[in-house]
Amino acid sequence: MERIPLYGLMAEFGTPEALLDAARRSSREGFKRMDAYTPFPVDGLAEAIGFRRTRVPLIVLIGGIAGCLGGFFLQYWAAVLDYPINVGGRPLNSWPAFIPVTFEMTILVAALSAFLGVLALNGLPMPYHPVFNVERFELASRNRFFLCIEAADPLFDRERTGKFLESLAPEGVYEVES
Amino acid sequence: MAEPVHPSSPTPSGQSPQIIEPGHTFATLTDKISAIVLTQRTPWFWYVGFALSFVLVLVLLFSIAALITVGIGLFGVNVPVAWGFAIVNFVWWIGIGHAGTLISAILLLLRQKWRQSINRFAEAMTLFAVACAGIFPLIHLGRPWYFYWLFPYPNTMGIQPQFRSALVWDVFAVSTYFLVSLLFWFLGLIPDLATLRDRARGRVPRFIYGMLAMGWRGSAVHWHRYEMAYLLLAGLATPLVISVHTVVSFDFAIALVPGWHSTIFPPYFVAGAIYSGFAMVLTIAIPLRRLYGLEDLITDRHLRNMGVVMLATGLVVAYGYLMETFTAWYSGDIFEQYLIMNRMFGPYGYMYWLLILFNILIPQLLWVRRVHANVPLLFLIALSVNIGMWLERYVIVVVSLHRDFMPSAWGMYSGTIVDYAVFAGSIGLFVSLLFLFIRFLPMISIFEMRELVHELDERRR
Repeated sequence: MERIPLYGLMAEFGTPEALLDAARRSSREGFKRMDAYTPFPVDGLAEAIGFRRTRVPLIVLIGGIAGCLGGFFLQYWAAVLDYPINVGGRPLNSWPAFIPVTFEMTILVAALSAFLGVLALNGLPMPYHPVFNVERFELASRNRFFLCIEAADPLFDRERTGKFLESLAPEGVYEVES
Repeated sequence: MAEPVHPSSPTPSGQSPQIIEPGHTFATLTDKISAIVLTQRTPWFWYVGFALSFVLVLVLLFSIAALITVGIGLFGVNVPVAWGFAIVNFVWWIGIGHAGTLISAILLLLRQKWRQSINRFAEAMTLFAVACAGIFPLIHLGRPWYFYWLFPYPNTMGIQPQFRSALVWDVFAVSTYFLVSLLFWFLGLIPDLATLRDRARGRVPRFIYGMLAMGWRGSAVHWHRYEMAYLLLAGLATPLVISVHTVVSFDFAIALVPGWHSTIFPPYFVAGAIYSGFAMVLTIAIPLRRLYGLEDLITDRHLRNMGVVMLATGLVVAYGYLMETFTAWYSGDIFEQYLIMNRMFGPYGYMYWLLILFNILIPQLLWVRRVHANVPLLFLIALSVNIGMWLERYVIVVVSLHRDFMPSAWGMYSGTIVDYAVFAGSIGLFVSLLFLFIRFLPMISIFEMRELVHELDERRR
């Protein structure tokens, strides 16, 4: 029988607790390349499959600082250097009056960084992904919880990994075509 | 393995309703909310409502076209009342928008679970309100085609915007608010767009939702980053709720004219914004949940909580009025004192007393617990607050301008037919956008409701 190229093997679960348990056991078995798919975020799941720290906060911080400095210096350059207006000899660098715009620019650039950052780090948009080849996967956005062990994992073996997944008492195990 | 069914949670006092009716599972939630968009037939009231509001949109477009061709004289503005309906409407709409962000962002940070079922359409309401608000600063300009001069772009005239002006601060604050709200709303939509993509029947809906969902597959790693970004955006949107209306209030706080020279304005405006915003959320939520049968998701508890927030912010607004009056008297400044006398007993006195009635007196009914359970009455109170807040903006703008320091410069103002047409048109635009939103997008956040059901189940165990 022709063997289809595999992306991985996927197990379906009915509850988030079952998936969490399965993920922890897979991690203990030594699998590193795996991912879990849920219709809502499940606490502790990312850690269970081996994911540690996200860089999103750092990106947002850098964005915020950039917005703050950019916003202030935009006003400074405009009001002091490029187009100074002498109003009764008042200081050109009227920094208290520059605060509202600086504040708004901080928030704007930080928010843009958060949005673009999360999309970029997640690799989105990515309209195609092998997991969509499994028909039942459309329930991942409804009420089913999936665990997928990738074929790229060093410990992956079609038969043995399949049996291991069966041992986790899933509702079904599927082959994910590449 | 059976799916967790959210059982009936024992209510502590036996009296207060729950934030979600028992019996919902992940599947029923998904199916119910996505059915409104995907499978259910569009109800007749949608067509009627959209048609009516679209007529108003056409009125808006026609009025704006007339305004730009003929000139700003079509509005009732004159000297001394150089700002009229346009600014009143601008501040009113922006204020309304604040409740959506408060519900989405601040209630998230405060871990208030009851926000889950109302935050999606409240945030949409914010976006549409800010969009409607943004029209007015553009059209109220004498030469609206030069609106872009307010932005610091490299130009051949060698000038820069005046960054010390509250009007330029407005430009940045409102633009930031619109963009951040849009990003926050859209980010929240992505997982639900994926749900719609997976459940859509036809090829075209599936394609469109698929493109918008950007290939979201619910990966745990993605969720982790997503939650972090969502929380951070909520943290960023929170100061926006305070700062944007503060900056708008600066238009009136930092001037010299009596009535526009008061440090109470920032907190009083922000409270007023939240007040009118929650009133608008109630005005939308009550008919919506009735017409679409969503009383099990937007429960009486939500209405009660929103009523309580309205009452609290209404009291802050009342305090603001009181303080304005008190400081005017206490200051001994004859101009400030005259302003207060004129507000109450001058030619616009009737507006002031209507304002007190709609904004302060009628909402005091909310002290009575049974009023919160009486949904039609709650709806009427919310409408009363909406009207009252518009009157408040009118009183602040027009009354302070029409009689300031010099009696020889005094004048009167009244709105023209074009003023009213643009105002009604903006309401039509808002309602049309809401109708489109209800038809094509999930009006309740599906994944957050699943989270809620899951959490309530866990708490049970």
